[in-house]
Amino acid sequence: METTRDWTIPGVTVGFAAVAVLGLLFLPDWLMNLTVIAFARALAVVGLMVLWRTGLVSFGHALYFGLGAYTVALLGKDDGISEVLITLPAATLVAATVGLFLGFIVRRYREIFFAMLSLAFSMVLYGILVKTEALGSTDGFNVRTPTFLGFAPEDAGTTLRAIFLVLCALCWTVAVLVHRYLQSTLGRLTTAIRDNEIRVEYLGYSVAQAIHGKYVMSAALAGLGGGILAIALGQVDPDSMVNWTVSGELVFVTILSGPGSVAAPFIGSMIYELIRTYAFEWLPHAWQLIVGVTLLSIIFFLPGGVWSLLARLRRREVE
Amino acid sequence: MSALLEARGLNKSFGAVTAARDIDISVAPHEIVGIIGANGAGKTTFVNMVTGWLKPTSGRILYEGHDIVGRTPRQITRLGICRSFQVAQIFGSASVFDNLLIALGIAEARGLAALRLLRRPDLADKADALLARYGIADYRDQSAGTLPQGVRKLLDIAMAMVAAPKVLLLDEPTSGISSDEKFELMDVVMGALKEDGVTVLFIEHDMEIVGRYVSRVVAFYQGEIICDAPPLVALADPKVKEFVIGEDLHNQTLLQGGVLQEAPDARG
Amino acid sequence: METAITILLDGLVFSSYLFLVSVGLTIIFGVMKILNVAHGSLYAWGAYTSAYLIGVWSEAGFGDAGTFLMIAVAALVVGCVLGFVLERGLIQFMYARDEVIVVLATFATFLILEDVILLVFGVDPYFAYQPMAYLGSAELGGILRDVYSLTLIGLAAVVGIVLWVGLTQTRWGKLLAAVIHDRELSVAMGIDVTKVYVLTFMLGAVLGALGGAYVAPMVSVAPGFGVEVIVLSFAVVVIGGMGSIPGAAIGALVVGIARAIAVHKLPEVELFVVYGVMAVVLVFRPEGLFAPASARKI
Repeated sequence: METTRDWTIPGVTVGFAAVAVLGLLFLPDWLMNLTVIAFARALAVVGLMVLWRTGLVSFGHALYFGLGAYTVALLGKDDGISEVLITLPAATLVAATVGLFLGFIVRRYREIFFAMLSLAFSMVLYGILVKTEALGSTDGFNVRTPTFLGFAPEDAGTTLRAIFLVLCALCWTVAVLVHRYLQSTLGRLTTAIRDNEIRVEYLGYSVAQAIHGKYVMSAALAGLGGGILAIALGQVDPDSMVNWTVSGELVFVTILSGPGSVAAPFIGSMIYELIRTYAFEWLPHAWQLIVGVTLLSIIFFLPGGVWSLLARLRRREVE
Repeated sequence: MSALLEARGLNKSFGAVTAARDIDISVAPHEIVGIIGANGAGKTTFVNMVTGWLKPTSGRILYEGHDIVGRTPRQITRLGICRSFQVAQIFGSASVFDNLLIALGIAEARGLAALRLLRRPDLADKADALLARYGIADYRDQSAGTLPQGVRKLLDIAMAMVAAPKVLLLDEPTSGISSDEKFELMDVVMGALKEDGVTVLFIEHDMEIVGRYVSRVVAFYQGEIICDAPPLVALADPKVKEFVIGEDLHNQTLLQGGVLQEAPDARG
Repeated sequence: METAITILLDGLVFSSYLFLVSVGLTIIFGVMKILNVAHGSLYAWGAYTSAYLIGVWSEAGFGDAGTFLMIAVAALVVGCVLGFVLERGLIQFMYARDEVIVVLATFATFLILEDVILLVFGVDPYFAYQPMAYLGSAELGGILRDVYSLTLIGLAAVVGIVLWVGLTQTRWGKLLAAVIHDRELSVAMGIDVTKVYVLTFMLGAVLGALGGAYVAPMVSVAPGFGVEVIVLSFAVVVIGGMGSIPGAAIGALVVGIARAIAVHKLPEVELFVVYGVMAVVLVFRPEGLFAPASARKI
């Protein structure tokens, strides 16, 4: 078992480098746009994956996703700040801070109660945003065109490419860091907590603290993802950023991806975005049906997500 | 000899039920104490109070002279009191080796040390040494959720020993183990524990095991200590015979269908 | 004074609505430990079917009084058919799985049923005003109100009382209590747990469909009809205590009145109030205000 080399870090490095280079050379705008949306969501899913390994499913991470998105949008409001070097860290920080506070509460809960409490908190934000005229209520408002280290792209195509490159770099960093984290003691305190909290406490580690840390981490990642999505879409509104259906979408991609690897959320998110886009194009009245059937099939036939499928294929190749 | 672990006037009640009444006990370093008593006599309650799972209604628990009442299980673990469980508490989805690796990782995890890599040669060596010491090296790569009962118990105890505690509380180490495997298991465990010089308190139903491994017996009955003496004295004590061993023997006779044979005598 | 009465009436009507849509959810959770997201679809299906049948009935020239029959038919047919199909086709395979995974499975079902509605009923909204027109309006506390929405209060009360009596006073209720308390023991006692589960799920489904069917005449039935209801009924059930019928009533009253006050006094916080209450209750009493005592097994 020990002898199997861990290819994750070289894998994601080559993977993201290839996506970045090939993307710039060959991807048409619509596909690049799709990739950006998928990767932005994948960042949030990485955090949810860590929670899921711990046995926790949050039906309310749209809260942090939305916080990140609205932070970026608000900073840019009325000719404000558009520099991604400021807006994205701010989005992450705001989400992480709120996660830190709410974490003191949610860390006491498990299973359905954890899911419901997360949902309640996210719906509180939704309820506020929907009724806040200054933030455009249900219509939301526009996000300023971003600048990158002072560089202000002149047309939409260049902006998209710049976002794409920044995002590839961010995703690589997150994947490497989270992978490294998962290999540490704290990282193994995910499945270990899911398996047996009593044993963890009696080994001398606070389960509540461990969960709190993971919760803050997932909040920060969701904030970052939401911030990027806001920039990419050029617009924020409560229904596409904060409503419970957004949380449901994030959980869906988590299940679709599977908890097997940090690379999984990026692949899973890409698959989801493709399914959604094509289903919407071909069968506009049945795309939810297709998504629903996919989710059910995964729950029943592929509980380890698409990653387990890839892992199975690779194992067969080795044999 | 000064006491390592001491309970003074310990009481615990759950509503109207008293699970512990005026428990006084003092354990010296390197002692091996057997705790006996019928079901519901308050043995596990006592262990749960010492390890911080339950808070006593009143009384004090002194460890190395400091009161530890009100501390959490993990704080008490960090102080050097560890425990095993009647139902083995292990990480079912991980391999046996990984169970120990995680345990070793947590034992060294304070602050940022929790971010150290878990798969390191030094930790792996320690884990393998523990596997060998507790005789479960054959199961190294097996998933802990699929282990036979005896191996689960051994793994549970090995995990409790990872933090190199000064006091170890074993909650019925032989429960659920067949009688011919019991001694084998206890030989392994007690051998390893004696080597480490740990102070051991263990709850046990089997008087043969108690007689063989302990230096002192504490008998519980209805939340009270009714006897605290060396094994030979304790097992001959009339109160212990009546309330602890007697009940067990009585139960055994019932189970073996002895009631029918005894019935005529009782009538006469 | 007038506002006070208006708030109270609005609150009661809204509470009744909430109770109707969430009581089925709480029964299913109480008995089967399943948080059924597809409840929102049952509600939407009930509404669409009822609106459709009312339309057909009226077009055929039958009297408007009969539209109430159509509401009942819609609720029963939708609830029984969909309830049976869902339980036998999906839920029965999920009993051994994690609660949270089951929530996801019902979420998937919800997505599927949402689109099946579109395929069956189309994207255009349905209006079924006939029952409302039939009952007309009445003056209450100096304000003109439509009688139909007030009958909602009566319906909720009747449903609540019937369920309460049925579950506490009848043999069936006791059987259910046994299954809730200890499933394995019930099996050992010879109770047909499968049958109990199917019937319970169908009962919950009928109640969900009834909520939609009865509400249909008051609104325009359009796509996305079930989305908001899900979280609202979650909030009610969580506040009251999952699995408790009196809890659902209390939860509905709390949410209904709070929202009515907000709508009239401080419209900005309308939605915030509902979920704020839910969050506060969860934080201080995660098992809800009226959680039924559960058998602890250690």
